[in-house]
Amino acid sequence: MTDPGTTTAFEASEAEATGDTAVTHHTYDVVVIGAGGAGLRAAIEARLRGKRVAIICKSLFGKAHTVMAEGGIAASMGNANPRDNWEVHFRDTMRGGKFLNNWRMAELHAKEAPQRVWELETYGALFDRTPDGKISQRNFGGHNFPRLAHVGDRTGLELIRTLQQKIVSLQQEDFARSGDYESDLAVFHEYTITELLKDGDRIAGAFGYRRPTGELVCFHAAAVVLATGGVGKSFKVTSNSWEYTGDGHALAMRAGAKLLNMEFVQFHPTGMVWPPSVKGILVTESVRGDGGVLKNSEGERFMFNYIPEVFREQYATSEDEGDRWYTDADNNRRPPELLPRDEVARAINNEVKEGRGSPAGGVYLDVSSRMSAAEITKRLPSMYHQFKELADVDITAGPMEVGPTCHYVMGGVEVDPDTAASAVPGLFAAGEVAGGMHGSNRLGGNSLSDLLVFGCRAGAGAAAYLDGLGDTVPTVSDESVTAAREDVLRPIQNSGGENAYTVHQELQQTMNDLVGIIRKADEMELALKKLHELADRIPRVAVDGRRAYNPGWHLALDLRNMLMVSECIAMAALERQESRGGHTRDDYPTMDENWRRELLVCSLRDGEVTLEHQGQPAMRSDLFDLFEMDELKKYYTGDELGGHRSDAPRGTERGTEDAGDEAERSSTSVETGGDPGGELTGGGA
Amino acid sequence: MGYQAKFKVWRGDAEGGDFVDYRVDVEEGEVVLDIMHRLQATQAGDMAVRWNCKAGKCGSCSAEVNGRPRLMCMTRMSTFGEDEEISVAPIRTFPVIRDLVTDVDFNYTKAREVPAFAPPEGVAPGEYRMSQVDVERSQEFRKCIECFLCQNVCHVVRDHEENKEPFSGPRYLMRIAELDMHPLDVRNRKEDAQEDHGLGYCNITKCCTEVCPEHIKITDNALIPMKERVVDRKYDPLVWLGKKIFKRQELEKRGPAGARSLDAPGPDNGSALDADRIGHIEERGGAQA
Repeated sequence: MTDPGTTTAFEASEAEATGDTAVTHHTYDVVVIGAGGAGLRAAIEARLRGKRVAIICKSLFGKAHTVMAEGGIAASMGNANPRDNWEVHFRDTMRGGKFLNNWRMAELHAKEAPQRVWELETYGALFDRTPDGKISQRNFGGHNFPRLAHVGDRTGLELIRTLQQKIVSLQQEDFARSGDYESDLAVFHEYTITELLKDGDRIAGAFGYRRPTGELVCFHAAAVVLATGGVGKSFKVTSNSWEYTGDGHALAMRAGAKLLNMEFVQFHPTGMVWPPSVKGILVTESVRGDGGVLKNSEGERFMFNYIPEVFREQYATSEDEGDRWYTDADNNRRPPELLPRDEVARAINNEVKEGRGSPAGGVYLDVSSRMSAAEITKRLPSMYHQFKELADVDITAGPMEVGPTCHYVMGGVEVDPDTAASAVPGLFAAGEVAGGMHGSNRLGGNSLSDLLVFGCRAGAGAAAYLDGLGDTVPTVSDESVTAAREDVLRPIQNSGGENAYTVHQELQQTMNDLVGIIRKADEMELALKKLHELADRIPRVAVDGRRAYNPGWHLALDLRNMLMVSECIAMAALERQESRGGHTRDDYPTMDENWRRELLVCSLRDGEVTLEHQGQPAMRSDLFDLFEMDELKKYYTGDELGGHRSDAPRGTERGTEDAGDEAERSSTSVETGGDPGGELTGGGA
Repeated sequence: MGYQAKFKVWRGDAEGGDFVDYRVDVEEGEVVLDIMHRLQATQAGDMAVRWNCKAGKCGSCSAEVNGRPRLMCMTRMSTFGEDEEISVAPIRTFPVIRDLVTDVDFNYTKAREVPAFAPPEGVAPGEYRMSQVDVERSQEFRKCIECFLCQNVCHVVRDHEENKEPFSGPRYLMRIAELDMHPLDVRNRKEDAQEDHGLGYCNITKCCTEVCPEHIKITDNALIPMKERVVDRKYDPLVWLGKKIFKRQELEKRGPAGARSLDAPGPDNGSALDADRIGHIEERGGAQA
């Protein structure tokens, strides 16, 4: 793609002295890092609001991890069941996250998802249809109604291609006007950003390199949107691709933003377990949504034994009832295979642990005995091909072997829900890299809708921020560029040090074994010790060869990001002494309502990861009233329940708006005694 | 299982290069991409390989394995004999950047030349109605993962650099067919395909169809129907007369859609909140700011 690059005095003066370490400079209004669903939607929005936008991505344009999303986009359009609406979606999302969600994000998400989906059709998306020609919606775990807009089992690909083609369409409009496709919206693919640059407190730009050539680049922009996705490459068994090295999480931390909820890592219940080389690759939840059932080695549908108390009323207790639900959802309860992902993953883990697993260490996911071969290949075409071609298994003839795989991080950059702004002026985050929306556990289908809703808001937020800047535009200093350049060149200049691949494997093994799906205090303490050892080794990693498309160099630079997010995960997981959503403690196996209003927040202080407690603001009363008191009692402490609509007389105000003060007071560091549920952590009401 | 395989991997860059011999361990159930990763981790830390999902969904790891264009992640080692020597080379039609990585920007340039989806006027978001049977034709083409193997294998450009200018290749001719068959696209795309994208160069040898990892019937379902439609239109006397009278495609004059997407929030979802309200709804606590 062409470079609307500019050469500055800085480059000209440096180039002679440093030869090939010259820096190419580009200037934009908004730089979006990441070209998945959130990044592309943010870029579209910022461009539609009149900003010049650069999209930067590590892979080729159109290869983002979003293509791996299979099931669908959750949006309460009500096409399949007219009783669905945003309130039901909001409730499902909060339940799925065990009420730890940022309720405002969950509210915006539920309200705006349908509009973001319908908008895709105006970009050319072709979703599967209902008989009356509307967008078809399918069932998914934790969603009370069929809610997921889908295209077979390749919904993520449709989303990426649609947004990619919308970008192209905007570029065509720019070309018609300016004669240059990239005058207002440029894609820099196969570029990596290694550092955000600041002017005082504010974002001024971003530094990185071009992967095919190793050329160093500096983007000057007052607004940066992080849309870098997740952190799964810190774990050995993962459904995530190589790109998921926690770049955005680490960039944000180093720039001064905070990460919250990092202990919550979603292990998708159904990853492939055989053959070993594809272990972790995803088997979509739609297999279960469309009728697939989980069985152990004894042929038992074991999920009926694992319905937790909080969900007891919503799930079928017999196979007959569960089976009837697929055709008559109004008069039957859903089968427990469709419990939220954390519940199913733990159940599979336990079946295997107790000796009822499959030969390769998983359980059986059976669709062949419940659907005709023709129906399977029609409804689950890419699953059929994936098993046929990667494992030589025919899923129309026999069951799949599946087990949990690291899939998604609920934790991420703390943002303002409405604008996606982080604590650092000019820095925005959307999608998986942002935290809060999903609480302790994300429902399937809520990721793609999250990307669209908050990608759009981040683009709009960045544009609004720029409009408010006036003449005080931040500038990049030469010193910050020099420092960023030194960091990038270090692995090339090191000699005879550590091997990047070996260090990476040790990091993945540590996180997998010691901070995985079931956690114990002593194991996490050991993990932190090992991570500290790796922290000493990573600066000594040395790579062979030149900078042009050198994967060893790329990995060496990604390692420090993976290490930083791993430390955050391990520290937060050790601190949270309860089990909730994507965080399961062997030594604290139950959910503790006092921990519900506790958020764990990571930041960098003098280069060290620091963990603090922070209060969760109380839910706005009209949203609180959307739930029945009986349900709230399962999650909330008694003193938080006052003011619910069930308390007569109506009209008494809940103390929602004191939450800020409360939270500030409760933002106390671990060392000084973050007592869960103590006086310091009132959290409103 | 577990054995040592003999590999020849092309190493080099735009200046030139050659096959390098490697002996490398192979474990049960592995694919060629696993072997490339093992080489990187143990013998060739700087070997350039483009990949992403390792599940046949992203289309990044295209290469020529024993001379056959394939996705390395979908090429199982069990399809080779244990004593067979396996060669891995970059795809041939595009310039080499380094080792197995090629410069595929040709494809992005061509993608940008295909006029975008032209939505129907006056149909609001949320009011699109299409039947399943009508969307399925275009959906087949939208399965494309853009691995560019069809572009690589098409003989029109594989050994004919001079054809790259007038010919967009199967991937983008299929994109035009996809838009042409989109139930709600309002642009006439027949002339586009023939005049601007070189549909006439295609002589339906079906190499693209054979190599497609998504098993899309590119030739039968996209290219041949497009050729038929172009012919129908070209020899239709009314169309000929019409083209003489009206300048082609008033549609192209659709102004730059500077509309703000949030200004048209779509049908009401029962939301009490205007979607374009970016800013705080009410004062909230500092904790979440």
